Amino acid sequence: MSDRTVELEILRYDPEKDEMPRFETYTVPYRDDWVVLDAINYVKAELDRTLSYRWSCHMAVCGSCGMVVNGEPVLACHAFLRDYPARIRIEPLANFPVERDLVVVIDDFIDKLGSVKPYVVAKEEKSVDEGEYIQTPGELARFKQYTACINCLLCYSACPQYALNESFVGPAALALAHRYNMDSRDVGRSAREDVVASNPGIWECSFVGACSEVCPKSVDPAAAIQQTKIASTADYFLNFLTPWKKT
Amino acid sequence: MARSHKPIVWGLFAAGGTLSAFVLPVLILLTCFAVPLGLAPADLLAYERVLGLLGHPAAKLAVFGVLFLVIWHAAHRMRITAHDVGIRADTLVAALCYGIAAIATVAMLIVLPGL
Repeated sequence: MSDRTVELEILRYDPEKDEMPRFETYTVPYRDDWVVLDAINYVKAELDRTLSYRWSCHMAVCGSCGMVVNGEPVLACHAFLRDYPARIRIEPLANFPVERDLVVVIDDFIDKLGSVKPYVVAKEEKSVDEGEYIQTPGELARFKQYTACINCLLCYSACPQYALNESFVGPAALALAHRYNMDSRDVGRSAREDVVASNPGIWECSFVGACSEVCPKSVDPAAAIQQTKIASTADYFLNFLTPWKKT
Repeated sequence: MARSHKPIVWGLFAAGGTLSAFVLPVLILLTCFAVPLGLAPADLLAYERVLGLLGHPAAKLAVFGVLFLVIWHAAHRMRITAHDVGIRADTLVAALCYGIAAIATVAMLIVLPGL
């Protein structure tokens, strides 16, 4: 262990006991290759066993350790201490209710994710004996970037529209809807449109782009939403011109 | 959930934005550089010359199409910008922005045919 130390100001809050959230400061010795999550793990192991937070993989794959570090939503396992000043403020993800300390309640997102049918809706179900649903590399390339989403919710924490209006379906769910809409094996687009093309769907987005800036997997939800806006606008006018074809 | 009617204003916004991205640089090049620097004939944008061009129905149609889309683009842009800077009276802002665009559209329909 090096003699270098970092001060962590961690938000502590137990809604059942505390009237208000408060910050508690911990001094943590650290090594050059430590990330914020390592420092929090040190606090839990050595300084304060009552601290609550979520983490699992420690390699930016599971999406559990999203939190706000010095005002910016990041994955704690993806944020090196050496890139921060000697005093770091750690808060739970913004725009979600706090369950306890750094743990937030994500039920709202889970409901929205389900509402956009984030799975392949096949034209006809095939048995395993009938073989695979064939897809070319070109067809895969149309949506591959949007498959990288790990549901870490940094985009919801960064989104000023979600902060204003929690009925907004939000970046990750809309990007995943787009991911399946763009999949050549999928026919679920018009079913998804009921949610996606509603006012709280893509039309609540004013294209600030903060979601794409904080995304640790370069999913670019802002681009997905803009592409969906173009497709939904084309749908809208086509429906208007061909009223006998109800989608 | 009911599908939104936003595609009407957003469609004009998107079309107007795409069109201005192509048209505005050409206008800036002509009015700010080519004519003042003498790279194009001095009377290229002379009043009589442009007025004469607008006498042709095709020119009227083109000018109307470009201005119509650009104006409605600007109206929607201002509505969203007002929201982004923290003005929360969206209904009022929308009525103002689209109202001005509608007045401009009617004005063009009155003025352009007479030129």
